Amino acid sequence: MTTPMVSAKGVTKSYGAVDVLRGVDLEVARGEVTCLIGPSGSGKSTLLRCINHLEKHDAGELRVDGELVGYEARGGKLYERNDKQICSERAQIGMVFQRFNLFAHMNVLDNITVGQIKVKGLSEDVAVEKARALLERVGLSGKESNYPSQLSGGQQQRVAIARALAMEPKLMLFDEPTSALDPELVGEVLDVMKDLARSGMTMVVVTHEMNFAREVANSVYFLDQGVIEESGDPGQVLSSPSSDRLKLFLSKVL
Amino acid sequence: MTTNGDTAVQVVPVRHFGRWVASFFAVIVVAMLIHTLLSKIPNGQVACQTIDAVRTCHNVVNWRFSWNVVFQYFTVTEIIQGLGRTLLLTVISMTIGITLGVTIAIMRISESRLLSSTAWSYTWFFRGTPVYVQLIFWFNIAAIFPLITLGVPFTHITFFHLDTVTFFTPFTAGVIGLGLNEGAYMSEIARAGLIAVEEGQIEAASSIGMTKSQTLRLVVLPQAMRVIIPPTGNEVISMLKTTSLVSSIGVIDLLGAAQNIYSATYQVVPMLIVASLWYLAVTTILSIGQFYLERYYAKGALRTPPPTPIQRIRSDVRGIAAKFRTPRPAKESR
Repeated sequence: MTTPMVSAKGVTKSYGAVDVLRGVDLEVARGEVTCLIGPSGSGKSTLLRCINHLEKHDAGELRVDGELVGYEARGGKLYERNDKQICSERAQIGMVFQRFNLFAHMNVLDNITVGQIKVKGLSEDVAVEKARALLERVGLSGKESNYPSQLSGGQQQRVAIARALAMEPKLMLFDEPTSALDPELVGEVLDVMKDLARSGMTMVVVTHEMNFAREVANSVYFLDQGVIEESGDPGQVLSSPSSDRLKLFLSKVL
Repeated sequence: MTTNGDTAVQVVPVRHFGRWVASFFAVIVVAMLIHTLLSKIPNGQVACQTIDAVRTCHNVVNWRFSWNVVFQYFTVTEIIQGLGRTLLLTVISMTIGITLGVTIAIMRISESRLLSSTAWSYTWFFRGTPVYVQLIFWFNIAAIFPLITLGVPFTHITFFHLDTVTFFTPFTAGVIGLGLNEGAYMSEIARAGLIAVEEGQIEAASSIGMTKSQTLRLVVLPQAMRVIIPPTGNEVISMLKTTSLVSSIGVIDLLGAAQNIYSATYQVVPMLIVASLWYLAVTTILSIGQFYLERYYAKGALRTPPPTPIQRIRSDVRGIAAKFRTPRPAKESR
């Protein structure tokens, strides 16, 4: 049995007195798409951010590709990883944000090459070539010299996906990638994500797009109040939910 | 002109009576100012001449603002040397100030309480005492620390030492005093720039594996510059004139040179005009530089950057030319 790409066991996280995650178990197999759904404040974004250590989880075991996130186990002790180690972990995990977060002072090409050049140490020629190929893949050839402020939300999000892919990640995290988009722009971003899923990328997607989850996901997790309320095959979970909370949630979003 | 159904209607613009009255008074005041700048006054002397046994006398008049004296001293060596010293002081002090300011701002937002409170205390102290006092303090530093030594703190081991008096010339004292003081102000400006950068930018940088220092250098600082530049330009211009305080600790800067001349010639106002015109000239050049620097760092923040003054003039000229070229359509009013 191969190790799962992501595995969480009893992960907890609290901000002061607020318990955001209260013992979450999750497993993401390689090459599969996992969707996290749930009402706002249920902890799905926090869980996603814990996976690449943008947030530090308080307790429980969280592994990516078999390695503990943020810690190293040696001789029965956990050693907190230093900044550099965490950075090299993160470089292998792509993340796409709700608010795109493209580097505002860089044009599209620089957004996609900066990580390759400065983090991976690739030459500019190689980075630019890769960036152009990725721009073509997300359907944005010819936008190399535009600044993010000159692009629509959908275009910005596709550049953000290209920026993450440029690092050749083994895992992609999507934090509500279409929630900040105008309805007519959602499709173009979802298309890119579907294409990515077909190519065999392991993806964890926090989303409110139930059709995307039904169509693309291999498994769906429903979070509510910091715990996994229900999980499994998307057809099963979304069509015939067993818990009342999920029934209530689906009746609101569908 | 607008259309109301089929008929074209003549539009009467709003009359701004208040604006007209205010403009009238502004024109009067400006005219008075120009008149007095160009006026001449009797200087108390009487010149007489005798032509064909007729003796005529008249009062001798001079420029009220002694423009001839201003012109005469405008480019004398002492003034130019003073100007050079003022510029050098400004450049070195601002370099120290900006470097210190950015460092202190970064310390201030650090997660380490010790670093952030050290930074806070620095700003508190240097912003809280007059720069004039600080300058005099550094000028007199040799009285407190006669020797500058490099060694291991709290031991008697020293590697190297020199006399404070030889190191702390008036110029050095001026540069250090101005630079340290400026660092306190610049730190607040830099901090404002750093905290103006969206959290999401930092998260995105982290997510592609950038270290904290890469994030700072490649993502945060370039974006912070947009906020930092305008007040920094202000600081440079302010520093240009604050350097004149060093004339009190014996550095002969632009103002010092002007003072030296007028203490010998008693031409106080003309020499102050000479100095002021130079300060104004440098400020003008700095303002132009600031404009282009702001434009550079605005990239990505604005969809279309504002036109440069030259572009604006060109488009104005083109607009006016276009008005003359195409005959205006005749006003229709039915």
